[in-house]
Amino acid sequence: MTALPAPAAPPPVPAPRRLAPLRRAVRASPLITAGGAIALLIVLAALAAPLLAPYPADAGSATHPEIALHAPSLRHLFGTDQVGRDVFSRVLYGARVSPLVALFVLLIACAVGIPLGVAAGYFGGVLDEIIMRVTDVFLAFPPLLLALAFATVLPASLTSLTIAIAITWWPWYTRLVRGQAASVAGRPYVEACRALGIQRWRILLRHVLPNSVTPVIVQVSLDVGGVILTASALSFLGLGAQDPTPDWGLMVAEGENYFTTQWWLVTYPGLAILLTALAFNLLGDGLRDVLDPRWVPGVRER
Amino acid sequence: MIRYAVRRAALALVVVAGVVILTFVIADVVPGDPAATWAGPHASAAQIVRARQYLGLDQPLPVRIGKYFGGIVTGNWGISIHTHRPVLSDIGTAAPATLELVIAALVIAVAVGVPLGLAAARWPGSLLDHGIRAGSVLGVSMPVFWLALILQLIFAQRLRLLPVAGQYDPNLIFSHPLATRTQMPVVDSLISGNWAVLGSALRHLILPALVVAAYPAGVVARMTRAQLLDTLGETHVQMVRSLGFSERRVLGTFAMKLAWNPVAAVLALVFAYSLVNTFLVESIFDWPGLGSYAAASVSSLDTPAIVGVTLFIAVIYVASNLVVDVVQAALDPRIRLR
Repeated sequence: MTALPAPAAPPPVPAPRRLAPLRRAVRASPLITAGGAIALLIVLAALAAPLLAPYPADAGSATHPEIALHAPSLRHLFGTDQVGRDVFSRVLYGARVSPLVALFVLLIACAVGIPLGVAAGYFGGVLDEIIMRVTDVFLAFPPLLLALAFATVLPASLTSLTIAIAITWWPWYTRLVRGQAASVAGRPYVEACRALGIQRWRILLRHVLPNSVTPVIVQVSLDVGGVILTASALSFLGLGAQDPTPDWGLMVAEGENYFTTQWWLVTYPGLAILLTALAFNLLGDGLRDVLDPRWVPGVRER
Repeated sequence: MIRYAVRRAALALVVVAGVVILTFVIADVVPGDPAATWAGPHASAAQIVRARQYLGLDQPLPVRIGKYFGGIVTGNWGISIHTHRPVLSDIGTAAPATLELVIAALVIAVAVGVPLGLAAARWPGSLLDHGIRAGSVLGVSMPVFWLALILQLIFAQRLRLLPVAGQYDPNLIFSHPLATRTQMPVVDSLISGNWAVLGSALRHLILPALVVAAYPAGVVARMTRAQLLDTLGETHVQMVRSLGFSERRVLGTFAMKLAWNPVAAVLALVFAYSLVNTFLVESIFDWPGLGSYAAASVSSLDTPAIVGVTLFIAVIYVASNLVVDVVQAALDPRIRLR
């Protein structure tokens, strides 16, 4: 685990300096700018879906069998699906499904993973051993595999999907934060806090935690894409969202049977998944370059 | 060195034990009532009670964990609900096809990823570098099931360049019967010199292997680039450079020598990821492997089969990590000290 360069003084860092790396990143990398712009557009699309979608009711249980499987036209930009729903409206509303799953997964993963990581790294000893061996077990599964196993035994719903993915995701954060916290715990300013007789939980919350979470920010932005891909894959297999939820993965699965003749059913929702994952991966990538220059790419290491 | 290997192996065993317990939780604790699932939706209360006794669910938890452990160790991984066969033998039947697919995908990933990484490292910061980097992020962001459908539509359905699905042309079964030894058509036909089947099998392999290769190719390209740029700073590489060797030789021969090791390590890790990606790809191409088996198990909510496949891949993952760590430590003594 690489340690960040030791800060000269504990936070708070003056605000303008915090924004400086961001500005540098935008200037240095066209990719991060592109990723950020697309990500912003997707968030806006999710928020404004009711205003932008030509047929908002089609994202719900409305059906129009008389116009089923129409090819893309000016009336239906992305065509209509097997029960006559407007694919464009459904793809737009889809920006509210798997990205939201990703948001909740990462919130849960951080809420569980970060405290455990800080505790393991700061206190060390037996607690550290126990927590890290448990994460070892979870990390012994490729994420999609463990999420799939949990999602299979839970009742199929978006909530189950979120829980199943969150269960597989928290150990990454524990591991990441633990390394940081362990190195922070040995720094002179933490020692100084202890010498001053500051309470343990106060040192943890005010000094160790804030100085351990920088890599988490990068990791979260990188993981949005990964979680969306995982969630879409599970929905494609029939775990997670159920019809009529306009979930992109589910839409691809539903279009599969008609795909040889009605190409638009699969193409557009899949493109939405690709574009979303790509946007957040580019964004996270650029952020990492800026915030953690010593990082080496590859699969996240064990 | 041996002490390091033994320590790592012992740690891996502990992890595997934990993995087994976690799969027990998935199989036995999380589902509401496995006995009701086993007995079926229209079972009477008496039937469910009998199922509970039959499955041993009326026994206390520690006893059940012990039995589960014993079963795993002795090869009794439960009975699949949808095939009605022992899960372990199902896995054994399905694994070779998946292995063939994943190995082909990793070969493609290296054949594509390493040259791209080399090119990107040759001209860092150039348009080419940015393009390759964007391409590798694209590979990592690709929903594989979607890519599979799109490629199948374009190259098989519309252009008719490649076969739609299957492992090889079923018409050849009669004209050129294949002696099966490894259950991998490409290997079997090579061994027995069955060229008709070999050609057909290779053509059938192209699309699914390309799809599975998308993710590892992206990872390999990035890893190669980063490792090369890293090693360019090393003094011996700079010396070779100052001796006047061409930039091509410096990168391709001297720097790449150092980069192979981490690239190989990352390949071993993405191997397990790719195994899981076949879950999304195989059923689309009607490929008779673990992925099709897992997808079918998911749609029939076949818990024993899913848990079996999960355990199987997790053990492979732990084992490949162990091998990577030990081999790396053997090649690079600095690692042992960590």
